[in-house]
Amino acid sequence: MVTHKRWLLPEGIEEILPPHAEQLENLCRRIIDLYRTWGYQLVMPPLVEYLESLLTGTGEDLDLQTFKLTDQISGRMMGIRADTTPQVARIDAHNLKAEGPNRLCYLGTVLHTRPESSGASRSPLQVGAELYGHAGIESEAESLCLMLETLKLAGVEDIHIDLGHVGIYETILKSAGLDKNQETELFSILQRKATSELNDLLKQWSLPKKLGDKLRFLIMACGDASILDRAAKELTDSSGSIKHCLKELKTLVALVNKCLPGAPLFFDLAELRGYHYHTGIVFTAFVPGSGQGIAFGGRYDAIGQAFGQARPATGFSTDIKTLLSVGRQKEFKRQAIFAPAKEDKKLNKKIVALRKKGEIVIRALPGQKQSARQAGCDRKLQLKDGQWQVVKL
Amino acid sequence: MNRSHNLTIAVSKGRILTEALPLLTELGIRPVEAPEQTRKLILETAKPGIKLVVVRATDVPTYVEYGAADLGIAGKDVLLEYGGKGLYEPVDLKIARCKMVLAGPKKEAKLNRRLRVATKYIKTTRDYFASRGEQVEIIKLYGSMELAPLLGLADRIVDLIDTGNTLKANGLVPLELITWISSRLIVNTAAMKMKHELIKPIINQLEQLCK
Repeated sequence: MVTHKRWLLPEGIEEILPPHAEQLENLCRRIIDLYRTWGYQLVMPPLVEYLESLLTGTGEDLDLQTFKLTDQISGRMMGIRADTTPQVARIDAHNLKAEGPNRLCYLGTVLHTRPESSGASRSPLQVGAELYGHAGIESEAESLCLMLETLKLAGVEDIHIDLGHVGIYETILKSAGLDKNQETELFSILQRKATSELNDLLKQWSLPKKLGDKLRFLIMACGDASILDRAAKELTDSSGSIKHCLKELKTLVALVNKCLPGAPLFFDLAELRGYHYHTGIVFTAFVPGSGQGIAFGGRYDAIGQAFGQARPATGFSTDIKTLLSVGRQKEFKRQAIFAPAKEDKKLNKKIVALRKKGEIVIRALPGQKQSARQAGCDRKLQLKDGQWQVVKL
Repeated sequence: MNRSHNLTIAVSKGRILTEALPLLTELGIRPVEAPEQTRKLILETAKPGIKLVVVRATDVPTYVEYGAADLGIAGKDVLLEYGGKGLYEPVDLKIARCKMVLAGPKKEAKLNRRLRVATKYIKTTRDYFASRGEQVEIIKLYGSMELAPLLGLADRIVDLIDTGNTLKANGLVPLELITWISSRLIVNTAAMKMKHELIKPIINQLEQLCK
């Protein structure tokens, strides 16, 4: 290795330096405190665990995102977590074996083999809150409100919440009777909102016109609440399950508006983020200046099943490092007191007292050439009339 | 003005810009200065709040994925190669049309090694041969693909052709059509959500124009 490049970190891996590290730590604390007041208990899942439990029920995407290593003790494959949610689902379903609603939150670094989007971090500091054991929309409303509170706490402004429901696409797909390859192709087209390609495909596969019209509507079904009424007209199905999905979205909006009036809620009924993992409503937060979403949530009822107990589940997660960069933070000005190197009983006592009050006291070291100001202090301890007093620099 | 009332459209100079301008002009998005006559890279348009930025063709998806531009016009060849998520590509503008083909010499000696294919489109070429169940060696080149078979660097090439004259002049023939190429309107996902009121009408109008 060339000596002068020894300091270089891997791509997408970052360290956080003063003063941002302190800001970050402060934000972490406030967020966890917020979750505490909502009744969410903190869990600390392990950094690595066996691959099977890490990836159960989560789909191929997470598999590719997970760093893997062999456990020298058992010979089994382990993975470094790329997402904390499945771990927390395992804890709820297996370790806690809770019966009623269970609220859990977590905070920790996850690792991605590849950045989620170009330029994204490979080691996000993931924070999230999950609510298990309740299948009603009230759970989604609580999750979404708490996500909005989290963003507010982090000073994030001009938020845009995008709501979707994977049940809508699922219902249409079921009625279409496509084979696996066709499904994959259609999924890719919907994810890219490639309307022109959809039109070509519909011709090529000679699908019924009614189905084609539905897909053509769905692919661009985004915007404000008026889209729900239009969807109710355009996407009728005999089973009534799309109607049910739309009703769920409407209920969610009403509930969230009661809790946070004027919440910026919008819709994209073709949003298929986490389709293989989510089972109901999904939501994403966007802000101007970020090309991709910054916080993600939704319902995922299926995961717990693999761990012995199928439990209804909703939740959200976000990366605190992203929040710190997009949020408006209070100016963090370090205020510290400089103490001389001199050994003095009274001085020692005074320093202890100040530190107890929460003041930063930096003690000079013998022979130190750095001045109080250079050490980042705005005040110093000075002997005045036989008493050590704090004076401005 | 609020940021959410502005739109930035990334386009690449050359054929795509020339063929896209009539479409954009239909929508009232006409550059105030003629793009060929200015060295400016950001062009104001007749529509307040909408500007064009002129970038390299392969950079268009990058600008749009990061959200530095809300919209972009990019060739399907570039999009296939880019392969990134976080982009919508709603409208096939049916401009700058050409073919992506596999080409090679008319007569070919029998090979007792893996086929070597020279191309600018590594990912697309790999996917294409993988879908046929064939393992090939891919050589990345940045231009003058036709030279590679002539000098024995590669056995085949994957490249875009319009008339096919360059191939012919160098003794090569198109062997297989990989895909038709045309330019697409691409949209940043976050912009699509946050500025849907501005973007949806543009998509609808372009769709009508390009039917």
